[in-house]
Amino acid sequence: MDSPQTMGMNRSGIDMSPQAARAMIDAVREFPPTSQGGTETLTSYRRTYVAQADPIETVPLPGTVKGAAKAGMQKLMGRHAEVLIDKLGGRLAFERTGTRLYDALIGKFGARTDEATVVPPDQLNQFRAEEASHIGLCWDALRRLGADPTCVTPNADTNAVASIGLMQIIADPRMTIAQSLHAIHIAELADNDGWVHLINLAKEMGQDEMVAQFRKALEEEDRHLASLRQWMEQISLSQAGVE
Amino acid sequence: MAINLLTDSGTPIDQQRFTWRDLVQKPISKLNVDAFTRVRIILMNGIESESVRFGHSCARMNRALQEPLARVRRKEQHQQTLVNWLLPADQSPLETTIGYEQVAIEVTASLARVEPDPYIAQVLRFGLLEDFDHLYRYAALLDRLQGIDANTITQGYTDIVPGRATVDEHRDPIDDLRDHYDKKTARPLTKLHAYTIMAGEHQTHDYYMHYGPWFSDPLARQLYAEIASIEEQHVTQYESIIDPTESWIEKWLLHEANEVYNYYSCLVQEEHPHVKAIWERFLDYELGHLRLARDVCKDIERRDPAEFLPEQLPEPIAYRSNREYVRQVLRDEVQLRADGPRFVDRSQEPERSLAYRRQMNEDGSPTQTVAAGWQWTPGGELLAQRSLLEEGMKKAA
Repeated sequence: MDSPQTMGMNRSGIDMSPQAARAMIDAVREFPPTSQGGTETLTSYRRTYVAQADPIETVPLPGTVKGAAKAGMQKLMGRHAEVLIDKLGGRLAFERTGTRLYDALIGKFGARTDEATVVPPDQLNQFRAEEASHIGLCWDALRRLGADPTCVTPNADTNAVASIGLMQIIADPRMTIAQSLHAIHIAELADNDGWVHLINLAKEMGQDEMVAQFRKALEEEDRHLASLRQWMEQISLSQAGVE
Repeated sequence: MAINLLTDSGTPIDQQRFTWRDLVQKPISKLNVDAFTRVRIILMNGIESESVRFGHSCARMNRALQEPLARVRRKEQHQQTLVNWLLPADQSPLETTIGYEQVAIEVTASLARVEPDPYIAQVLRFGLLEDFDHLYRYAALLDRLQGIDANTITQGYTDIVPGRATVDEHRDPIDDLRDHYDKKTARPLTKLHAYTIMAGEHQTHDYYMHYGPWFSDPLARQLYAEIASIEEQHVTQYESIIDPTESWIEKWLLHEANEVYNYYSCLVQEEHPHVKAIWERFLDYELGHLRLARDVCKDIERRDPAEFLPEQLPEPIAYRSNREYVRQVLRDEVQLRADGPRFVDRSQEPERSLAYRRQMNEDGSPTQTVAAGWQWTPGGELLAQRSLLEEGMKKAA
């Protein structure tokens, strides 16, 4: 298996032109900074913005009296229902993006055959289907609480921002299967912990039915993570020529 | 390769064809490509952007030119797309910004070194020291926000140190206006330099205005706001050195000739085979546009293009490191300020600019803050701190 690390000439390091690096250091000595301080200066400068910042958005509460009267919501009376709604919205968004990440990865398999042999396509398709089924799970859970599952919660938004880099990797035609798997791996790590966190929260908030369904989802996520770890290790060892 | 601006026909405009697939070609590698290939791509995007901008302005003022301008502009817009889309997706907006400043430094320095008009050369050097400082400020941001060394983009060709501090670059608008060259006596090279630098700076301004709000960090947002404001000053400066009495058709011909000159300069120095082929193709396209503009000049304006254009191109723009030249300009001219179109010592700077600067910097200076105590170090500031830390631990032991 070819290693992408051995092809072409990477010009980003200073060893490409040690003379230039020495000249740059000479310039640094001759032309010093025009302002004193350090990173703490930046932190202090940012502080007023942080102190005065508005929330990025708010959690949508059930919009109708009927919604608020649902059984699931009744169990949350006296507690902060919006926390659970926020996390459920976040999970829903992440599962949607996760499914699209798998779609993009699976789409590469037809064209890139280099590392594809290690990863069984059937298994990838299964993982993709499971991610997609988790979307419905979160959607239904939100509906049972009387919440609007189409609404973007703050947690959903932060997940979307965090996922931008992952999609940039997998969608880039130049990124290999191994490099794309790295992005999926980050997603699955966060996904896995996200489910653990959500299950604990739902349990503490008396959502037993939800907990039972979510545990099944977590089992599936555990399998995804285990397989990804195995594939990535196999590919690295193979590229390094030690297997 | 000898090019004749008055007789060469290039690719006929009707044969200049694109597809969507053609517009979106393989991007360059951020890490493997030579920095000057990136520099050329960024500049040529700016040159094409200016051609589209000029084409629209000209069309709004000249009914008779609208049809030929529309035909050329469609090609220019597609050329700009193809060129700009050569930048890769793993090159972040901040890394691309580092590339923009390397363009502003190395291209401006190359122009200034051979500019035949001493006053225009001085104008170029004045702007050079300001863009040189911007690279240092953005490099500090890249290091302190993301832990990335800007030299991974500039590849050792360009020093990363303060220039004329950006905090001192803010001026009254009157002090951004310069004297213009005389269209009748200016050398062709002076005109091409002016059109090139104006295009590059305008695109740089637009890029910072576009990407400033993309950042979540309030200091980064302020930094882009502050430097974009200077780029607006630079556009004001550089457009003012062009003779405003040039007619619309004269300006159109000069725009087309400048595009020919720039693609030619890229072509003769490009080593990346795929990108070189694009420069060659677009050089021929621009000769086709110039041919059309010449025809319009003769048929509609009843003027001879030879009144406005030289026959031969000057020596190409030199794409190379100008390290020693820039340092010397920095030593000699960092203290210069502007008093209207004149350059004066900082002790003689007009009160109007001092007052404006005090006002804008009243709540603090983003460019001073982002680089507080920051010095370029191979691998970034954290590596310099590591050395200090290890030294301290040894002493303690």
